[in-house]
Amino acid sequence: MVLKDVINKIPENLSIDKHVAKIDAYGVYYRDLNSLLRSLDSNGIEKIEIRNVYGQRYIGTDLDGHINIDVYGTPGNDLGAFMKGANITVHGNVQDGCGNTMDHGKIVVYGRAGDLVGHSMRGGKIFIRDDAGYRVGIHMKEYLGQRPAIVIGGTAQDFLGEYMAGGVLVMLGINMKEERRHNARFVGTGMHGGAMYIRGEMRHLGEEVEVTDLEEGDFRLLGSLVDEFCGYYGLDAEKILESKFNKLVPVSSRPYWNLYAY
Amino acid sequence: MKSYVSPEFIVTRDQDRCIRCKVCVNQCSYETHYYDEEDDILHSRNENCVNCQRCAVFCPTQAINIQRNPNHYRSNANWTQEAITGIKKQAETGGVVLTGMGCDKPNLGYWDRLLLNASQVTNPSIDPLREPMELRTYIGSKPDSLELETEENGGVMLKTILAPQLRLETPIMFSAMSYGSISLNVHKSLARAASEVGTFYNTGEGGLDRSLYKYGDHVIVQVASGRFGVHPGYLNAGAAIEIKIGQGAKPGIGGHLPGEKVSEEISRTRMIPIGTDALSPAPQHDIYSIEDLRQLIYALKEATDYTKPVFVKIAAVHNSAAIASGIVRAGADVVVLDGVRGGTGAAPRIIRDNVGIPIELALASVDQRLRDEGIRNKASVIAAGGIKSSADVLKAIALGADAVYIATAALVSLGCTVCQKCYTGKCPWGIATTDLWLTKRINPDLGAKRLVGLLRGWSLEVMEMMGGMGINAIESVRGNRLLLRGVGLTDTELKILGVRMAGD
Repeated sequence: MVLKDVINKIPENLSIDKHVAKIDAYGVYYRDLNSLLRSLDSNGIEKIEIRNVYGQRYIGTDLDGHINIDVYGTPGNDLGAFMKGANITVHGNVQDGCGNTMDHGKIVVYGRAGDLVGHSMRGGKIFIRDDAGYRVGIHMKEYLGQRPAIVIGGTAQDFLGEYMAGGVLVMLGINMKEERRHNARFVGTGMHGGAMYIRGEMRHLGEEVEVTDLEEGDFRLLGSLVDEFCGYYGLDAEKILESKFNKLVPVSSRPYWNLYAY
Repeated sequence: MKSYVSPEFIVTRDQDRCIRCKVCVNQCSYETHYYDEEDDILHSRNENCVNCQRCAVFCPTQAINIQRNPNHYRSNANWTQEAITGIKKQAETGGVVLTGMGCDKPNLGYWDRLLLNASQVTNPSIDPLREPMELRTYIGSKPDSLELETEENGGVMLKTILAPQLRLETPIMFSAMSYGSISLNVHKSLARAASEVGTFYNTGEGGLDRSLYKYGDHVIVQVASGRFGVHPGYLNAGAAIEIKIGQGAKPGIGGHLPGEKVSEEISRTRMIPIGTDALSPAPQHDIYSIEDLRQLIYALKEATDYTKPVFVKIAAVHNSAAIASGIVRAGADVVVLDGVRGGTGAAPRIIRDNVGIPIELALASVDQRLRDEGIRNKASVIAAGGIKSSADVLKAIALGADAVYIATAALVSLGCTVCQKCYTGKCPWGIATTDLWLTKRINPDLGAKRLVGLLRGWSLEVMEMMGGMGINAIESVRGNRLLLRGVGLTDTELKILGVRMAGD
């Protein structure tokens, strides 16, 4: 759709000032909202502010450019699904499937996240300030130069990093009491690539992972991710990095090699 | 541990005919044949032979003969050769018995018990050689009604906005086989043949190699649980997108592409690390319900700006009709049903042969259910799994399919002899392998030519059969079960198939 048509469709909801567009998404159907985002993106808009977001799905999907999107409210499921370059900042919580099969770009959430953060992502970064739901980072992958990263500020639920085939998952446990453990069970079940860095103790791990100490390279990688995380949320990276981290790695890159007869 | 499994096949060589050219040695990737320099003679290791016939076909003097081992266990109708061998293998390895291709058990198909009609006296047949025959098929969601607008000059315009459609020049497409399970040269052959004939080839779940993007107008890109190679460029490269929920050969389970097959090229296309197992989880973890399925369907539509039909493929199982109804209501443009005979590159034999239902029954019940609910027009239905001939194609369409998918038949046209050893990755015909020494055995130009030949032959036969029935458009066959009669079927079977008994 050309920009003019879209603007005509919901004129009262949109204002454009040079390269910045502001949208009031109240009552706007997700399909119209995303169609509008696509045409703004392809018409040279560099920054979009969307206010009053109430559950609209797929925000950020199918955007070509490196556009910056600020979302105020609660975006719906599959925020940034298949995303390949946009930067999305969410001032609120995100629901399920945030960064689903994401390829490139960045999502920064000032709040908590639902299930399936970064499902099958193989590029880009996701930062969640607070807690996240079940199956975060499930089947993350890396290949050639691409290595995705997810940083969770709080804790997450069961099956964290399930089937993980690559990438980096960091969980900081910031708001947890010192003596408490992360409650998630089956962490890293089926994991066969990548690494998790977890601040604080884990309650229950999957059979396919082992805990190791961090080495110099790990500290560099972890340090840069924690620095970036703390930069967004105004936290003290040094203080967080003082604590002990556990590194979770797969026992094998081929966990199921001996399942079969011949 | 000594293996108690005796060789399945015996290779014999007519030494008078053998000219010691060693073609057999070079052709066999299982190292069955070897040359004894001292005695200047060729020998065979029977235990390695899978009876793929590669050596026999390429032996210039037809000196090689392969037979089932007559010295096998004393099996009986209950304790079959397969049952005894399977137990011995499992006792030795503690593992799951693997196999390739579709279910090979008898009595699970209905095609051969369904017969087509022909015109006699009362309704003249049509000669397709001299009269026009229409095989063209449009796949996609059709509107509930059409709104037309009369223009000032008297012309009529279609006002209704149609959902995206695929145009097939013959109602046969190539079914999903991933790059990784089969070679790039086979993908190239399929893509070229589909482009030439005007039909479609399905990438399977292993992504689409960059060199094949140019065939995009004739490609269906698949999104499966592993999300291998799925990115916006890929989704937009094809003409349609298929969500794979299940596969007829292994309903309900996932898959593993072994790490040995994940080369640099496969790694790049699948977007996974080199040498790691490519694990396809059993479910798609963002789909636990029909509502979730709807969410993925619309995520894909959003990602492609509503320009491409979205297929949803399921294995034919007990409640296929209700599930298909849910799939259509979730917004799918096309429902694909893969029957119990559907093929695979690798599946546990026990699953392949015991899980799922015949495509004929699933297809008939799905078509009927969607008609009863008044939503048959909202999605096309594709039948897959065990289509072996043009008659099966026509019977499937008469049972309610809009088109069919073939895969095993396509591979057979490229040389496959259905030896069922695809899972070893050593296919001597260069098909189900990523070993570059073997993959070069398929020349994409010649491969495409063979596939085009197959589609042309089947299309001609379909037209002959249609003409015989006095029908000149495939549209008139679709869901027209009066064209079919059953033989050797019970009342319940006839009822589910919606077909009358022959003679009735």
